[in-house]
Amino acid sequence: MQEFFTFVKEHADKLLEQTLTHIGLTFISLLLALLIGVPLGILISRRTRLASSVLGIAGILQTVPSVALLGFLIPLLGIGIGPALVALFLYALLPIIRNTYVGITEVSLLVKEAARGVGMTENQILTKVELPLALPVIFAGVRTATVINVGVATLAAYVAAGGLGEFIFSGIALSNVSMMLAGAIPAALLAVSFDFGLARLQQLSVKKLRISALAFLLLVPVLALSGFLARGNEKLIAGFAHEFYGRSDGYPGLQKTYGLDVRPRLLDQNLMYEAIHRKQVDIISGYSTDGRINAYDLLVLDDNRHAFPPYDAAPVVRQATLNRYPDLEPTLNLLAGKLTDSVMTALNYQADYQKKSPEQIANQFLLTTGLSKKPAPGERPNTIVMGSKVFTEQYILAEIYRQLIEGHTKLRVASRTGLGGTQICFDALRTGSIDFYPEYTGTGLLVVLQPSAATLKNLPMQPKPVYDFVQKQFQAKYQLTWLKPLGFNNSYSLMMRQDQARQLHIHSIENLVSYLKK
Amino acid sequence: MIKIQHLTKQFASHAAVDNVSLHVARGETLVLLGTSGCGKTTTLKMINRLIEPTSGSIQVDGIDVQQQAGPELRRRIGYVIQDGGLFPHYTVAEAIATVPNLLGWEKDRVQARTHELITKLQLPETALNRYPVELSGGQRQRVGLARALATQPPVVLMDEPFGALDPFTRRHVRRELFGLNELKETTVVLVTHDVSEAIELADRIALMDKGQIVQIGSPDDLLNRPVNDFVREFLDEKPIRLATGPAH
Repeated sequence: MQEFFTFVKEHADKLLEQTLTHIGLTFISLLLALLIGVPLGILISRRTRLASSVLGIAGILQTVPSVALLGFLIPLLGIGIGPALVALFLYALLPIIRNTYVGITEVSLLVKEAARGVGMTENQILTKVELPLALPVIFAGVRTATVINVGVATLAAYVAAGGLGEFIFSGIALSNVSMMLAGAIPAALLAVSFDFGLARLQQLSVKKLRISALAFLLLVPVLALSGFLARGNEKLIAGFAHEFYGRSDGYPGLQKTYGLDVRPRLLDQNLMYEAIHRKQVDIISGYSTDGRINAYDLLVLDDNRHAFPPYDAAPVVRQATLNRYPDLEPTLNLLAGKLTDSVMTALNYQADYQKKSPEQIANQFLLTTGLSKKPAPGERPNTIVMGSKVFTEQYILAEIYRQLIEGHTKLRVASRTGLGGTQICFDALRTGSIDFYPEYTGTGLLVVLQPSAATLKNLPMQPKPVYDFVQKQFQAKYQLTWLKPLGFNNSYSLMMRQDQARQLHIHSIENLVSYLKK
Repeated sequence: MIKIQHLTKQFASHAAVDNVSLHVARGETLVLLGTSGCGKTTTLKMINRLIEPTSGSIQVDGIDVQQQAGPELRRRIGYVIQDGGLFPHYTVAEAIATVPNLLGWEKDRVQARTHELITKLQLPETALNRYPVELSGGQRQRVGLARALATQPPVVLMDEPFGALDPFTRRHVRRELFGLNELKETTVVLVTHDVSEAIELADRIALMDKGQIVQIGSPDDLLNRPVNDFVREFLDEKPIRLATGPAH
């Protein structure tokens, strides 16, 4: 708890800014939904034949999972506020259309006839009778939409639109509970307080409600704008993954080694490449073996001061598992040195750019290296569980391992692919939920072991010493074994578009820092 | 005041009103009487064009209703329905001011007229800021009538105006309202299925059945000189039942 308050105090500025962004996202989308939803609700209350189809479509939109909806929108709108607003708008639409429609159609027929009977025109009936009487119901819809939006707006952090989700996702990626709570608690408080406030408004008498609804509608644009005043002008826009932003070998390392100082947009790591390709950001935190480096013509900036340690990939296995299944270790070591940087980049390229399935790629790779073997028929009573993180390379490696193990041994392989981040994978391994997963030496060193500054100073940041260090420490501390390295070094790296880097004469991180400081 | 000629309303399956012609004199109260579905309400609603006729013509004060826009026509004709047809979100004062406001009256004039009406209709001053739910059934009915009479329209249409009241209140309110001078000078067309109400209020009764007028005349004519058995039975039904009621 102490940690949490310290975190909040230290990040108060950022927390306030993200809270405002969160409120801004919620209310801009709500405003859009009101502008479209209320007239649409009125329209279908007039043409009831349209009602079922309009409500049906809005209902279907509502059931699309939010992450999937963002996924659909990114190819159309890229990253940033655009797709986040559209997604939130679509979620807010149904409660507003439906409640407007229901509110109006539920006004008693007798009252509507009386309104016509005293000589009101259609418009007067709508504005003087139907809408005022429907107002409490419409308001209930607005309330529902607001609460939904406060919740869904946390997902805006996936697409670099900011908001409290940034703390939540960074916190999950880094297993930092304080950070997670710093996002989750304010988000929950926002939802509860908006719900409570709007509920109080709803209980007011008809007349006061009319006044407060008007005041609320005027307040919405103000709230909506609140989040977007803080954005400044920057020479180059950085788009970093949540994990990179918080990890000591990520952005903090760059700050320490090079004095780099940017205000990055945080976004999902799989969307970064798309974002830099579409010129929505100029610098990203990528992986040096990513297939999209070639595909999108990106330049990996030189890290001549070695801010990033070596990240040699190797399987990390529970010692107990190795002891129980003696043929596992030689099988996994068949791959040692087989996957060089260029081979791994090519495999990633096939998945990311040529859209081949990991299964196909793994099969092809094993065939060309002569390691492919048909699984022997018969019972497979023993199962080993394999984990992987959530990015292309790890999916491909997992598939290669599966085919390799099932071809060369009598073990059955169960996959737990797509484990959120390093901490989640490591915890799963340590507790025995999985038996092994592919890890990178630098990550093992800086994220898991986190040795003291003095130890790090004496450790040369070269592949061999780092591998030996993590191997020894993991074995001693956790009874986990690093098997032989696969051959490639998938380092964190900063990347820019080739053409822009050339134009600005930037080849290295040093160049970048001095350009930004100019 | 009202002149209806060969009025017909054809619905998909049947004629709700079938070639009806009648005159209502200035200041007269005409009651359209009949069972539900006989066409009396449809006839009434065609007078202020809440329903458009299939054929035939209606003149109010010498002007064909089809020559005027519906909303404007209706602002000059009072309209009272069951339970007053009040808007739940309008206070009594707002309800009475509805039509004057639609016609763009000055504030002072609206206020003066409102006070005049609540005095005449024996509504307490304190009721002005109340909403319909806070009123009794009888009070709601009075407010409904006040709304219809606010601009002193030459014609008032009433569709089962006392239908939501219990029999005792109904007799009471009815007697009181129709005792008003204001209503005595107004031409009223009232729809009801209640025979005793018709007999009590009507200068003339038009008894309708299956979209046609079976007999039109003074209550006395219908009671004592019915044109056929239908009229006799319809008017007799209730008193006989009431008379023999205790014997059962």
